[in-house]
Amino acid sequence: MTIGTGRSDNLAELLRASGEVLTRRWVELAAEPLRGRLSVAELERELADLYAAILAGLDTGDRDPNSDAFAEVRALLSEMSRRRARAGFTPSETAVGVFTLKRAMFELLDQAEIAGGLAEVVAFSLLLDAFGLWTFETFAKAREEVIDEQAEQLLELTTPVVKLWDGVLAVPLVGTLDSARTQVVMEKLLESLVTTGAAHAIIDITGVLAVDTQVAQHLLKTVMAARLMGAECTISGIRPHIAQTIVGLGIEFGDITTKASLADALRHALRRAGVDLVAGDRRG
Amino acid sequence: MTGPGREDIPIAADDDVVRIRQVVRSYAQRARLSLVDQTKLVTATSELARNTLTYGGGGSAVVEMLGEGRRQGVRASFADSGPGIPDIELALTDGWTSGRGMGLGLSGARRLVDEFTLDTEVGRGTTVTVVKWSR
Repeated sequence: MTIGTGRSDNLAELLRASGEVLTRRWVELAAEPLRGRLSVAELERELADLYAAILAGLDTGDRDPNSDAFAEVRALLSEMSRRRARAGFTPSETAVGVFTLKRAMFELLDQAEIAGGLAEVVAFSLLLDAFGLWTFETFAKAREEVIDEQAEQLLELTTPVVKLWDGVLAVPLVGTLDSARTQVVMEKLLESLVTTGAAHAIIDITGVLAVDTQVAQHLLKTVMAARLMGAECTISGIRPHIAQTIVGLGIEFGDITTKASLADALRHALRRAGVDLVAGDRRG
Repeated sequence: MTGPGREDIPIAADDDVVRIRQVVRSYAQRARLSLVDQTKLVTATSELARNTLTYGGGGSAVVEMLGEGRRQGVRASFADSGPGIPDIELALTDGWTSGRGMGLGLSGARRLVDEFTLDTEVGRGTTVTVVKWSR
């Protein structure tokens, strides 16, 4: 590689002239660490688009990675990293797509013996570094989105409203109750009361690790709201250590019916609904 | 005893309150507190951590293992540099709240633990330290 002070678009010209050779080598290098998890054809299409966008950006003479000239490159990279993040690729496997272009270019410069300016090569190299970092950032962002989505799905999953009997609903609560989750529980329960016309609801807190004043307040509000809708609400599954803690805190559940177990609460609800449970007579 | 004997946890969001609960629970288990005492300590620290977040505007918590002769304990302290508490007597009264809670957090937490110290000054901030010993 000859170092001289060539025209500023020497590199862009070279990249355009040897575009085919360069992209082929690029795809080859980029495909290697992915070990066949992405088809070569797919990678070729992605990188060809990216290459065209980079060339278009270089043609403007701009070398600032955040300028408008490279807006399309950034958009393509964002989309690429987003896809990779969702498909479960590692950050390195994602960024390698950008960094291998640099390697392909250096190999080309080694063979081509062009009269390109060193300054040009350095500037282009820095540009690619910036794009590499950009993929990291969008990758991380996409992963965070995935995590947020999962947290939201978990929120939905862990709060089922189940029907125990005609007119008797139950919500088994599990784990940590924070404001967001309790809000979901409350809404779901109240909605189910309307749609099923149930007159009795049981909130079972056997699976709740600790009841502090915030959780208690949320529970009380849910019970009050259910009452306003004409439904009776029972809280069940209060284990001994939780009961002692509630007493210690000084929380009063007032006239709200509480039961030690879900079975007790169901029996209570059935009795109020006028259902008598009788052991079967097997003598005859 | 395995694991660290001291942990610093920043309190800046709701998630941190959950994390403090988990850390305190694991410390309480290691200190061989009974299930009731574990739950009491976890609940008390949950209240205090939330107070730090809601009224102190965030701060930090320190959870430590204590060993004194044959008994073991867990100490947790919560510090913020918020507005401070102007009237401690009032703040420790059941049912009184300056916010939207039940007004039982601070007074309830005091009843749930063995040692309770409240250090506050208007304009400087508040530090609450609680200790629970194994029996």
